[in-house]
Amino acid sequence: MTESNKLPSGQTRIDSLEMRGVTKRFPGVLANDHVDFDVRSGEVHALLGENGAGKSTLMKILYGLYHPDEGEVLLNGKPVTIASPTDSINLGIGMIHQHFMLVQTLTVAENVALGLPSSRGALTDLDRISKRILELADIYGLKIDPSAYIWQLSVGQQQRVEIIKALYRGAALLILDEPTAVLTPQEVNELFVIMRQMVRDGHALIFISHKLHEVVDISQRVTVLRDGRKIGTRPTSETTKQDLANWMVGREVGFIPDRGDVTPAEVRLQLEDVSCGSDRGTPGLRGVSVAVRSGEILGIAGVSGNGQRELAEAVTGLRKIVSGHVQLEGRDVTNFPPGELTDRMLSYIPEERMRDGMIKDFTVAENLILREHHKQPYSRSGFLNLGGIATHADKLIRDFRVKTPSRETLAKNLSGGNIQKVVLAREISRDPRVILAAQPTRGLDIGATEYVRMQLLEQRKKGAAILLISEDLDEILALSDRIAVIYEGRIMDIVPRADATPEKLGLLMAGVHPEESTSVVK
Amino acid sequence: MDPIIILQAGVASGTVLLFAALGEVLAERSGVLNLGVEGMMLIGAMSAFSVTIATGNPWIGVLVAMFVAGLLSQIHAFIVITLQADQVVSGLALTLVGAGISLVLGEGLSKAGTVSLMPNFSIPLLSQIPILGPILFTRQSVLVYIGYLLTPLAWYYINHTRPGLHLRAVGEYPAAADALGINVFRMRYMYVFVGGMLAGLGGATISLAVAPGWFSELTTGGQGWIAVGLVIFAQWDPIRAALGSYAFGALRRLILDIQAPLTLFGMDNPFYYNPYWGFFLQMLPYAFTVIVLVIGSREAIRKRLGAPAALGEPYIRGERGK
Repeated sequence: MTESNKLPSGQTRIDSLEMRGVTKRFPGVLANDHVDFDVRSGEVHALLGENGAGKSTLMKILYGLYHPDEGEVLLNGKPVTIASPTDSINLGIGMIHQHFMLVQTLTVAENVALGLPSSRGALTDLDRISKRILELADIYGLKIDPSAYIWQLSVGQQQRVEIIKALYRGAALLILDEPTAVLTPQEVNELFVIMRQMVRDGHALIFISHKLHEVVDISQRVTVLRDGRKIGTRPTSETTKQDLANWMVGREVGFIPDRGDVTPAEVRLQLEDVSCGSDRGTPGLRGVSVAVRSGEILGIAGVSGNGQRELAEAVTGLRKIVSGHVQLEGRDVTNFPPGELTDRMLSYIPEERMRDGMIKDFTVAENLILREHHKQPYSRSGFLNLGGIATHADKLIRDFRVKTPSRETLAKNLSGGNIQKVVLAREISRDPRVILAAQPTRGLDIGATEYVRMQLLEQRKKGAAILLISEDLDEILALSDRIAVIYEGRIMDIVPRADATPEKLGLLMAGVHPEESTSVVK
Repeated sequence: MDPIIILQAGVASGTVLLFAALGEVLAERSGVLNLGVEGMMLIGAMSAFSVTIATGNPWIGVLVAMFVAGLLSQIHAFIVITLQADQVVSGLALTLVGAGISLVLGEGLSKAGTVSLMPNFSIPLLSQIPILGPILFTRQSVLVYIGYLLTPLAWYYINHTRPGLHLRAVGEYPAAADALGINVFRMRYMYVFVGGMLAGLGGATISLAVAPGWFSELTTGGQGWIAVGLVIFAQWDPIRAALGSYAFGALRRLILDIQAPLTLFGMDNPFYYNPYWGFFLQMLPYAFTVIVLVIGSREAIRKRLGAPAALGEPYIRGERGK
């Protein structure tokens, strides 16, 4: 740490920032309940909590996007008012949002220029801005081309643009809202290098995450929120992952579900050289070949947008396959309609559960028979059998521990975790031959995640063939027997779980084969 | 059927489309689709004409027309920006409202007799250029010349100024603009207002220059819709919008002129002898508009054409205005 209170960017340091008794109510929800939080110059303070714990709300209050109902913010010991992002920017606070706030059709320099006064009045001064971007990039070791368009950049590079944008505005304190969610392991490492340097230089960083190993890796202090309340703040060195997990969830959690030994049997689902388009008209899948056996979970790892969605839709009959074949238990089912695949006992846990997994305005009971409604005992000669439907619903709600006021509750009124339980109950209770699970735990809290994973492993034990598509590498590693990495619509490689390391998978996810990568690592 | 005259008149009547289309380009670039152009043009044409009768000064007529149409556009702005309603529905309703108000208040204006119009003049030197001189710079309305200036100005504004950069950001990704302290709501209100003013100017261009007078709903005759179609056709670019406007203006004039002579290319002119053929021709620009709008309504195609990514979507922030 330097003697002066200046940062390398020339900005004044923020020695301390404190939020006191912050309370925020949304209709029906207490998002933050008298939360205290503080961060100092030269530290990474991690903010940890499950979905809905109130992390993002607290940070949006700090950044001026929300207004607290109670509480105050003190900067270097003095109370300040933050009514809008403009105020927080002026105070030296920057935020890297989970979803990048970058306009795709503009260049790096133009994105940085947004909202800034220009030295030429109404005209732009992009040349000067570019110069300053290069200066900052040099100081902080961020490689970036100011004239590149955002859509030309990789996700990791886009994140660097976000950091530059904040530094350009004089950020001394940076809030990073789940910055690693979209990165490959290598990109996470690069980000951490940058973060460590910023901390050495005297910046204050707030790191939001629910990935425990990252929190342990990067932060000096950690604060855990649960249900809008602060559970506590500790120096990271005095905690363990297990402590933090228990704090987050409020009870003991088991980390790695017991997988049990299952010997894979016959091939149930086979894709041979499958190609299809994407929504943008570009190729979505380019010759994908994989086979999933009974009693096996094949994980598909990859960075978002590399063909995962197309793969799921091609297998489930929702997207037209242009060339290649899909076989279900030895029969060619290429481009079969979804209904036919359902009848052949293919189950699908879709990524967008609210959109593709259920009908929001239907009741829980109705949602539970979406796949089988045309069969006995749910309907007979065209009429619904309400008694049969109710019995079925009550049984599943009990078996799958769905928290719902009643079977007649509308699906849209359930929480995310319970919605996924309804989907899971419907898809699994029919004893499927093949299950396609796309991002089955995305957005779920630890408790629900644990439950979903256990159910999938249970199905594996029962002999289902499971194709698991997930962008969460931890999930892939925890559940899969073999791991296929998808990149730009192609399968880069398929590795047995025993040989898979995050580093190896990370390279594949970035489109690099480890054997040829010795000089390519960047 | 002198091509020079057709093109000259085409540029004049294309100016009507130009103003409306430029206005719509600006509004849509900020992310707000306003299908009420026809209604705003009508109210502009009516206000321009009646204020000119009352004051005797067409300049005041034009200014009032712009202001009134701008005001009308704010109904749409309130409904879609603040209340976050569907932009298509609100825009259609705005056309009905604009037309309704104009027809009621314009009742009797058609018998008003002569009024002073916007001045026509030739530009010295420029009008001497062969071919282009007579087409572009000879005895044109001052409004046509304003159109020449406005087009590159709009292009430069959008692509090379700071507020233009903000405009593009708001239409592409309002959340990003908001996070940087740009007031998305104010920007959108403003550009909808500017769009309304330019549509009003287009209307005034009809009633005080190109086809002087008030002929109730026939005054605009659906040109507002053509302007909306042109914006998609022009891929939200002012220069292309201008070229398209002039081309359509010329086409309009050609369709009129082609029905006049008794013979065409040495044969009996079918458009003269059979009025239905004339109607068919007159229909073509509207058929084009319908096709472009249908094509442009498909999201995938719109994206490929380079539509502002947030076009048609209300911007909702977690919480506002407290």
